[in-house]
Amino acid sequence: MFFVRIALALGLFSSLALAAPFEDSMAQRTLACTLCHGPQGKSGPDGYYPRLAGKPAGYLLNQLLNFKAGRRQYAPMQHLLAPLDDAYLAEIAQYFSKLDISYPAPAVTAATAALMMRGKTIAQSGDKALQIPACVQCHGMALTGVAPFTPGLVGLPRDYLNAQLGSWQTGQRKAHAPDCMAQISKRLSDADVHAVTTWLSSQSVPNPSHPANTQPSIPDTTPTPCGSTP
Amino acid sequence: MKLPRFWIHAIQALLVSLVLLALWVFVLADVLNEYQDTAGKEKTANTTTLKNHSSSSFENGKYLTRIGNCAACHTVAGGEPFAGGRPIDTPFGAVLSTNITPDPTQGIGRWTADDFWQAMHHGKSKDGRRLSPAFPFTSFTQLSREDTDAIFFYLQAQKPSSQANAPSPIQWPFHTQPALAVWRALYFSPGKNLPVAIQTNENQALKRGAYLVHGLGHCTQCHGTRNALGGLISHQTLAGGVLPGKAWYAPSLTNTDEAGPRSIDDTASLLLTGADRQGLSFVSGPMAEVVLQSSQYLRESDARAIALYLQSLTSLEPLPPRNKPAESTTSVSLQGAKIYDQHCVQCHGKQGEGIPNAYPALAGNRMLLMANPNNAVLSVLHGGFAPSTQANPRPYGMPPYLLQLTDADIASVLSFVRASWGNSAAPITELEVHQIRKP
Repeated sequence: MFFVRIALALGLFSSLALAAPFEDSMAQRTLACTLCHGPQGKSGPDGYYPRLAGKPAGYLLNQLLNFKAGRRQYAPMQHLLAPLDDAYLAEIAQYFSKLDISYPAPAVTAATAALMMRGKTIAQSGDKALQIPACVQCHGMALTGVAPFTPGLVGLPRDYLNAQLGSWQTGQRKAHAPDCMAQISKRLSDADVHAVTTWLSSQSVPNPSHPANTQPSIPDTTPTPCGSTP
Repeated sequence: MKLPRFWIHAIQALLVSLVLLALWVFVLADVLNEYQDTAGKEKTANTTTLKNHSSSSFENGKYLTRIGNCAACHTVAGGEPFAGGRPIDTPFGAVLSTNITPDPTQGIGRWTADDFWQAMHHGKSKDGRRLSPAFPFTSFTQLSREDTDAIFFYLQAQKPSSQANAPSPIQWPFHTQPALAVWRALYFSPGKNLPVAIQTNENQALKRGAYLVHGLGHCTQCHGTRNALGGLISHQTLAGGVLPGKAWYAPSLTNTDEAGPRSIDDTASLLLTGADRQGLSFVSGPMAEVVLQSSQYLRESDARAIALYLQSLTSLEPLPPRNKPAESTTSVSLQGAKIYDQHCVQCHGKQGEGIPNAYPALAGNRMLLMANPNNAVLSVLHGGFAPSTQANPRPYGMPPYLLQLTDADIASVLSFVRASWGNSAAPITELEVHQIRKP
């Protein structure tokens, strides 16, 4: 036990220097979220977990409700949200949406120039022949999302983006009809998914990272009907 | 020596007859049980029609339906309320709950109050089929006719859902009518499951508490100790048990080393707010959902009646033998202390003291120190929030560590906590953590 005490004393000294004191705040309450989603919900472009900070509140709340109702599947999320009521989930969504933090530069990618070019084309212009609209058409010119329901696509890990597009393709992730993302994702080949997620995950998050308030009007495009953005 | 074929056939025929005779005896016993029970047979005209139902009994029905937590089992996550379809785990496989909305074909829209009484009190459907005891009629059989009627008329006023009932994936033969008849003959007599000491007791609050615990609240369904056939062991109706299909352990409500009441105020507070009065002990796991959806809406007098009844039991049921704390090795403690310092100390404190109304104290934490380690391990693996309640609408939470800590890490940090600050419980092994992680 003597060694334990010494170890504890040394350990506590170091942790006290780091640990923030307790406060009655949403930051304190959401420490349960930020172990995975990064400090203040600022997950970087590496790893798996999506960033939360600065995403539109309506989008975040919908995802919390989807996890709780089993419409989106991830066991740790479902367990965490089970004892929480909808009013509190709305407050959590509001809290993360209002955080305005600067993101680190993305990791340098080793992807080929051709791949990056294809990814950029899909994101910014789409592919008319394949009936794939540009990502920016709904997710905002800066790809930081459009309030209140459309998420930003930058600052997310490539693995996460791949997993989401895969889920949309297989129907594991879905939205109210007309389910635009399900339709679009099914028109993307594996190579195009690879290209667009590689390009998106290599983009830096602009500062401020807030979502746009209105969808951009892009000439020569017809708006995609979307059940998730009423 | 080889038996002649005639004798082989004779013995086979005898065995089959014996099995059939035994089945017949069980079915007869089940029928007799019901015949002897006369409660609720008097059909009162004013409870069999919706028209004469007053708004005060509608409110009462709403309250009773909430405290009975019907919606929890009869609603699938994200589905229509009371439309059924949620799998209820049993030791023999999952039973799917049914549609109890007033839809005339899929729900219970064509049922009368008498049919509903037959289900609640006798565990039989409108057509006389024996219901699976995954539907806790063994508890609801305690309910008064007045209360079941109130619940029935409240359910009949809900939005109908046309969601069809799906067959349960439970293993053959456990869902068959003969199997259910045998089970009922062994473990069920209508209206007869309250302890005799309570039936004859003068204290109305105590009686009310027993009615809520054994009847409407159906606490024994999770907190009771069950035998291999899933029957409750009668003298240990609240002595604790592991929930089927989940690794969560529903602690004993009578043993004060587990969740037996320390005081009436604390038990009432746990039910109403999800935390004890000091705010240093919180409900977790499946009980957090019970508090969220049901017990936080208890009238204070009912919460206190439950606490009073549970307290009256604390000396009645025998304590299970406890593990003797073993001397943990220094290397495990060192590793455990290091992990505690990295991940736990910020919220749970240097002395395991916790932070009132936010994070539970670990010193003296009964959930952590129980002989059964399941809940302690699950809490570290999955983290969790206290339930949001009217009294604590914005609870604090703990992150899941299942991807951050290995089985060995979790074993050493829990063993460290179980042997620190006056705590003295046996260490938890890496193998135990592994088994709980993968149920």
